[in-house]
Amino acid sequence: MNLKKYIDTAVFFVLISTVAIIWSAPFLWMITASFRPQTFGGLDMASLWPNFIPTIENYRMAWESAEFVLYYINTIIIVSGILVVQLVTITLAAYTFARLDFPFKTVLFYLFLLQLMIVPPILIVPNLKTMVTLGLYDTLIGVMAPYFASAFGTFLLRQTFKSIPRDFEDAALIDGCSWFQVLRYVLIPLAKPALIAFSIVSVVAHWNEYLWPLMVTDSPGKRTLTIGLASFTRGAEGASEWGLIAAGTMFVMLPLMIVFFAFQKQFVNSFMFSGIK
Amino acid sequence: MMVDACHLWLAMRKVKYMADNVTARGKKRLLKPFYNAGYIKAWLYLAPALLFLILFTYYPMVQVLWDSFFLKEYGAEKKLFVAFDNYRRLFADEDFITAVKNNLIYAIGTVIPSIVIGFGFALSLTQSSRFKNCIRSLLFFPTLVPLVAAAALWIFIYFPGIGLLDYYLAKLGIQSTDWLGDPDIALYSLMILTIWKNAGFYMLFFIAGLQGIGEEYYEAASLEGAGWWQKLRYVTLPLLAPTSAFVFVIALIHVFTHVDHVIVMTLGGPMGSTNLVLYYIYQNAHEFNDLAKATTATVLSVMVLLAISFFSIRTMERGIHYES
Repeated sequence: MNLKKYIDTAVFFVLISTVAIIWSAPFLWMITASFRPQTFGGLDMASLWPNFIPTIENYRMAWESAEFVLYYINTIIIVSGILVVQLVTITLAAYTFARLDFPFKTVLFYLFLLQLMIVPPILIVPNLKTMVTLGLYDTLIGVMAPYFASAFGTFLLRQTFKSIPRDFEDAALIDGCSWFQVLRYVLIPLAKPALIAFSIVSVVAHWNEYLWPLMVTDSPGKRTLTIGLASFTRGAEGASEWGLIAAGTMFVMLPLMIVFFAFQKQFVNSFMFSGIK
Repeated sequence: MMVDACHLWLAMRKVKYMADNVTARGKKRLLKPFYNAGYIKAWLYLAPALLFLILFTYYPMVQVLWDSFFLKEYGAEKKLFVAFDNYRRLFADEDFITAVKNNLIYAIGTVIPSIVIGFGFALSLTQSSRFKNCIRSLLFFPTLVPLVAAAALWIFIYFPGIGLLDYYLAKLGIQSTDWLGDPDIALYSLMILTIWKNAGFYMLFFIAGLQGIGEEYYEAASLEGAGWWQKLRYVTLPLLAPTSAFVFVIALIHVFTHVDHVIVMTLGGPMGSTNLVLYYIYQNAHEFNDLAKATTATVLSVMVLLAISFFSIRTMERGIHYES
């Protein structure tokens, strides 16, 4: 009986590890290929085994052949710009839906929720037109603007605010706090886990975004990391350039990768938060 | 006399009371929304979020619908009202019909497998341990990666002859395949990429759902003599129904709103075999300059998403604050 249990456990470990290795194969290949010397030729490119002396030549060449510094700066501006505005709009809206009473509250709330389904990517055509009208075509603000309001964030935060007992606020109000002080010193500190979860999900989503920035920007100076990588990939064709592409892909993924493996638990919990809390 | 006066007074009071009541109620209905300071405050706080939602969600929805009834010929000054002509043009466009068909195959072929695989992962990894957490992170990692980066890696995986897939299949004696170049295979190749990328994401929701099921249910089932399969069938699955519904909806939305890999890997080809509706919209707007078609296809996409929302908004609401 005991033996059977051991075998079962062993089989489970072997199986799940195999699946995890297969699942990670693309990344394993990326890491190996990015350190492989160019002279190796195409035929053995697919080998996952690092049977060579690692070189950072691919990284140097990739860095030089595309303007990664510019892409990083643009992406960081976009991601942080979106997040800052979102935090303001969702906090105010969430507070209103959680604590205040006003006509059409339910209707309005469902109208907000609509953005969970009618997500901005589906509206690229009309939004592009709006950006042209507003004079925001080919600007970083144009890339950010459709995401300034977030139904998901509003919703997540409203739930969190609702779970905080009103006694805390009442006590603060009796002490003479204004609503802003209540929000700043009572509600926001207590809602920190939700705010962090939302921030992680938002940053990841917009770091990875491709279609909308591609549509709304035109000049090379406004390109983001994902756009840079896509044109980089299309530019490099022959088999010998796969090391370069792997290195370029690494540049795009590396920041999120480092943060993810440093704060794994926080990340995983945030994405869980994004669905079920 | 005295009694009559008294009655009259009482009657008058009653009438006045009723009249007061009516106006009070009327006032409450009509005037309060505009005069109550609390309401003004509420609208003020909602204003920033509402402004952006109106600009980039509600107005564009109305705008595309309106625009879909007009056509502006290339070089023409004014746009012409053409009623349903754009819709007729759209449905006569074979590329569009192909894109819709492809999207349906893509939807069925990615939503169900990625949910089933995600659920399977969750079942094996629910209990926390150092080892399992590590595996969880590895399986979840593809979700974090930009779709563009994933596509770049998978181009090489699918590279005929020397790519990762063919390289290892050759060792098993399987001949090389043109994974992205064969019109019969290309769409399925993209589907595998999508499944790989999303299964780990859905796994997280199922893990959260599974952890929410009390141990007592399984104990009760064990006492009744239920086996592994029966516990899954009669305890786990029914209790996970809200989670599954929620995951199903986000998977469905994903299918209609992500085409980055199509742009990077295949550009809709070969022979339109990987064209999806959003890619069709992008292509018509960005390359073919046929805005009317792009607009009309957007209207139809929005309608599909609205239909999904109509049936699932409660699911989404429940899903997002499940347990809280």
